[in-house]
Amino acid sequence: MTDQVQKIVEIADDELVLGWRNSEWTGIAPLLEEDVAFSSIAQNEIGHARALYELAARELGTTADELAFDRQPDEYRCSRLVQLRLVPDWARTIARHCIYERADQARIEALKRSDDAELAGLAAKIDREEAYHRMHAEMWFDRLEDEQRFKAALEELEPLFDVRDEHIPEFAELWEEMTMVRRSVAGATW
Amino acid sequence: MIYEVFRQERKGQAFAHAGSVEAPNEEFAEAYAREQYGRRGESTALWVVPRQAVHEIDDFADELQKNYHRVDGYPLKEKLGRARELAAKSPGGLSAGAG
Repeated sequence: MTDQVQKIVEIADDELVLGWRNSEWTGIAPLLEEDVAFSSIAQNEIGHARALYELAARELGTTADELAFDRQPDEYRCSRLVQLRLVPDWARTIARHCIYERADQARIEALKRSDDAELAGLAAKIDREEAYHRMHAEMWFDRLEDEQRFKAALEELEPLFDVRDEHIPEFAELWEEMTMVRRSVAGATW
Repeated sequence: MIYEVFRQERKGQAFAHAGSVEAPNEEFAEAYAREQYGRRGESTALWVVPRQAVHEIDDFADELQKNYHRVDGYPLKEKLGRARELAAKSPGGLSAGAG
């Protein structure tokens, strides 16, 4: 696996797992409007994961489904940050959202400058949706930045984005849930 | 805070009331309105207005049922029809046109 494909899979893993985690708020977010907004962000993240897996799958001679759901838990390259199950803690959820969107912006920017035109094009497309996520994150940041719980959450979670070689038990549970369909119905597609 | 949202389906069309969103401030209201009423390409533009900014008027005095104030007080269609018949009957008279 080239470094570039590895990087794409890494981002896709982050987006898939974070999309899954954010969707755990669907139906129970603090406000109906926020429920819709946050679920929509979750849906976008999973869409980004799919597009990135498809690109990587072509390079690797496999399929997006196999990459997303047929690997063992320890083969995923997702960040420790996105593995955490944060429901029902909204302060930590928003702290993660802010940290993630900032970090994600930097690497998507780098992909936009890629020599690979297809990858650069996909990154630009993803970035247009991420711009909305960033706006949403900043809006919440402005609202919560003076709250002690939020500040503590930022401090706690900030260092976790770059940790990629650890898989916490919560992730294994999520993996069980995420891959259940693929494991019970052979050949089920996304 | 409740914000009322109006949406325009196509450029040039009138804005119509779409619904409302609850939000702590204008910024959130705009984001939520975007999400509820603009995300699926169903709108070309939105107006997001705090509910207090909307002035409702619902007291219309019409004590004496003056129906001649209303457009339906004049059966214009019938009048026009009669005028056209008259015009057709009088050679060299006013032409009411073909409409």
